[in-house]
Amino acid sequence: MRNSIAIAVSLRLRPNISNTLPHHKFRPTCFHSHEGHTISCVPYPAPQTKPMALHFEILGRFNRARAAQLTLPHFVCQTPLFMPVGTQGTIKGLTNNELERIGCQIILGNTYHLALRPTSELLEEAGGLHNFMNWPRAMLTDSGGFQMVSLLHLADITEEGVTFQSPVDGKPMLLTPEESIQIQNRIGADIIMALDDVVKTTITGPRIEEAMYRTLRWIDRCIAAHKRPHDQNLFGIVQGGLDPELRDICVKGLVDRNLPGYAIGGLAGGEDKDSFWRVVAQCTAALPEDKPRYVMGVGYPLDIVVCSALGADMYDCVYPTRTARFGTALIPEGVLKLKHRAMADDTRPIDPTCPCMVCKNYTRAYIHCLVTKDAMGSQLLSYHNLYYMMRLSRNLHTSIVEGRFPKFVCDFLQTMFPKGDVPEWVCNAMEVAGIDISSCCAPFPSCQEKYSSDEIGTNDIHMELRLTHTSYRPTRNLEI
Amino acid sequence: MKFAVKKALSSSGARVGVLEVGSCPAPIETPALLLATRKGLPHFISPELLPSLPSPDSNLLQVSPLHFLEGLSTTTISKIGGLHQMLGLKQHGIAAVPRDSIQCLPESKAATRLGASFETPCGRLLIKPKDYIEMISCMKPNIWASLADEVPAWVSEKRNKTSVDRTLRWLDDCISLYPAAGSIFGAIVGGTSLEERKRCAEEVAKRNVSGYWIGGFGLGEGIDERPALLREVMDILPDEKPRLTCGLGLPEEILQGIAAGIDLFDSTYIYSLTLGGFALTFSLDKSGEQHNLQSDQIGSDSTKINLRATAYRKDMSPILENCTCYTCQNHTKAYINHLLNVHEMLAQTLLEIHNTHHYLRFFHVIRGAIQDGSFEEFRQAFLESRREHFKGEAIST
Repeated sequence: MRNSIAIAVSLRLRPNISNTLPHHKFRPTCFHSHEGHTISCVPYPAPQTKPMALHFEILGRFNRARAAQLTLPHFVCQTPLFMPVGTQGTIKGLTNNELERIGCQIILGNTYHLALRPTSELLEEAGGLHNFMNWPRAMLTDSGGFQMVSLLHLADITEEGVTFQSPVDGKPMLLTPEESIQIQNRIGADIIMALDDVVKTTITGPRIEEAMYRTLRWIDRCIAAHKRPHDQNLFGIVQGGLDPELRDICVKGLVDRNLPGYAIGGLAGGEDKDSFWRVVAQCTAALPEDKPRYVMGVGYPLDIVVCSALGADMYDCVYPTRTARFGTALIPEGVLKLKHRAMADDTRPIDPTCPCMVCKNYTRAYIHCLVTKDAMGSQLLSYHNLYYMMRLSRNLHTSIVEGRFPKFVCDFLQTMFPKGDVPEWVCNAMEVAGIDISSCCAPFPSCQEKYSSDEIGTNDIHMELRLTHTSYRPTRNLEI
Repeated sequence: MKFAVKKALSSSGARVGVLEVGSCPAPIETPALLLATRKGLPHFISPELLPSLPSPDSNLLQVSPLHFLEGLSTTTISKIGGLHQMLGLKQHGIAAVPRDSIQCLPESKAATRLGASFETPCGRLLIKPKDYIEMISCMKPNIWASLADEVPAWVSEKRNKTSVDRTLRWLDDCISLYPAAGSIFGAIVGGTSLEERKRCAEEVAKRNVSGYWIGGFGLGEGIDERPALLREVMDILPDEKPRLTCGLGLPEEILQGIAAGIDLFDSTYIYSLTLGGFALTFSLDKSGEQHNLQSDQIGSDSTKINLRATAYRKDMSPILENCTCYTCQNHTKAYINHLLNVHEMLAQTLLEIHNTHHYLRFFHVIRGAIQDGSFEEFRQAFLESRREHFKGEAIST
């Protein structure tokens, strides 16, 4: 391995020809099983066929929920799956072999950050981000648009693209759909995202409609600019705010383009949960069955379970790793705030049901003395939290394949809401998903209270139920 | 704990020994390196990756009991069952020493006749023998140093003498308070005074201890003052008991310590290197010759490279071609350079792995040289060829 990397690599991408990477472990046109054996090599498809660099096979269903095998150039994945976010070419503090041990299948890289440092040109020279980081499994890059809008001062969106001030020298710069795709072509991830005009769901008015139509115009520019359809999958992103009509137009427009996969964007931005699930439900009902659906920016374990019940397959969020750095662990009951004084003499593991290295070896008390003070604390918590998310993904997949998905959902909800106070929005979503969760819900009225985000102090486990829930009157209009 | 000298050289104090420490899978050869830790675990190397380091060489850890005063009571540590249990390191040997040379530093001005003082992240702490023994009995390390009053090189004679008196008294307190001795290493201080060093060593040698912790070094004495002080102490100490020291970090200092007869060293040097973005690259040639030249880069010399340098931006080779550590087997200098630029912790993890691995190999080569009887030649060649490179660099730049 050392010899192949020691040779300086300089790649020039040519249209329609897959670049051969010098890394001895894999070439992008070959598909690998988990153990790393080559199972098939896809020949260059005939020019008339729409090139696709993925294969999506549904292995099991329960109503709208599906468990599938997603074969990507670098790895064969099981869905539903969660993708940890490795913003700058690394998942905060964890090494590749730890990520593999945890069971990560796809990791996400942020195009905006990577284009700044170390730059997409350098990554191209290194043979792509896979080679640069030496990550043997699958990767997804976002378009860079979201970061710009959310991070940058004076970012502005025009028909041309996203104009912004360079954070390096303040010069005005422009990210066009073409540029975003070019950068992502150089980075080389298995899945790349179209540049979309993303608007926060909390905004109302004509801007949302404008953004949706622009997203459709931009997808054509992205498709035209995409130089590597044989080994990189371009996903389109459904926009349209919370307006069902706009969402419908957008879905139809993207489906017409016959893309390898579709994302549901513009959510996870502060909208109320009731609106959130309805948009997901509408989109999953309208998107094609045989292609993966990715809900961007989701999120909390509860949200993932609900979206999976509604028919989504892929998720990403910074939440597990970010909350680890603040000393919060994910457990089946909700969260555990290890910073809290009560943890200082709690000699139980973080989660007695969790088989990860952290829970097998360390007590809450020890982690408590590390968190927020020592690097090792956030490493260990990130490890556990990601393990939790991977375990959740595996459980979702297996329970659907083995025909016991409803029971899994009920057990999950019962553990998280032992008093039966399942939020209204979850009940409504599950009704649409056709899953009977009456055994987990306390008799009517189910919770109408708003949960505050302050700690609920108890003497045994200190938990914090972090649900954004707003009370509202139940509606009969649940046909979606 | 069991220790035996396997080979001692007549030409110097250097010796190869074998240390059997309760939980370690195999006996550990000395001279050996103790890994520096923070609250019991390495600063950056995850417990999952510890096994990737050479074993059993990497199975010795140095832990400061004072780290746990920030947030973990001794009762809780007891309840968990001691350090090995708490750290998930059941196959490792743990040596407890209050001073960690990074964040828990002896504060000689604040020490009193009642206890030693340390500057720590939780402020200045006065540690009395009784409290110290309570920590030790809850933590149950394999080896532990008695409480010492360490002073820097510039204190008055009177203060230095007091430090020896206190250290000896506290040693007796430690022995009497914890009669199920475990493996107590008697602390020997005495600053830069030959007489005081001698006196302290003589007194400690009279006590029933399993080994010796030579303190007071790395606190302002000149590197040239040390050989005489070390010799004074080593001449008195019995050969068959192991000697541990702190504050000797650089390769030159390690060789100096080994030549005097020290068996165990701490590795805070590695921590400093790692934080600075440095990776060790000096030659591990059996002859001691330092002939590899990586001296062109800014901030680098032929012993280590600074991975922050822009020169490494596109360097797709590992830190060292023949290194078998996890970092060199999996990653390139360009990647580490990128991680350092974007302030990602993975950079420190990868560097700590490589540097620890490299230093452990250095110790391995030294042991080989002692076994062959060529230690003095090795040391000479090492020091001279290193000096040549430094001289060359100083003139050319």
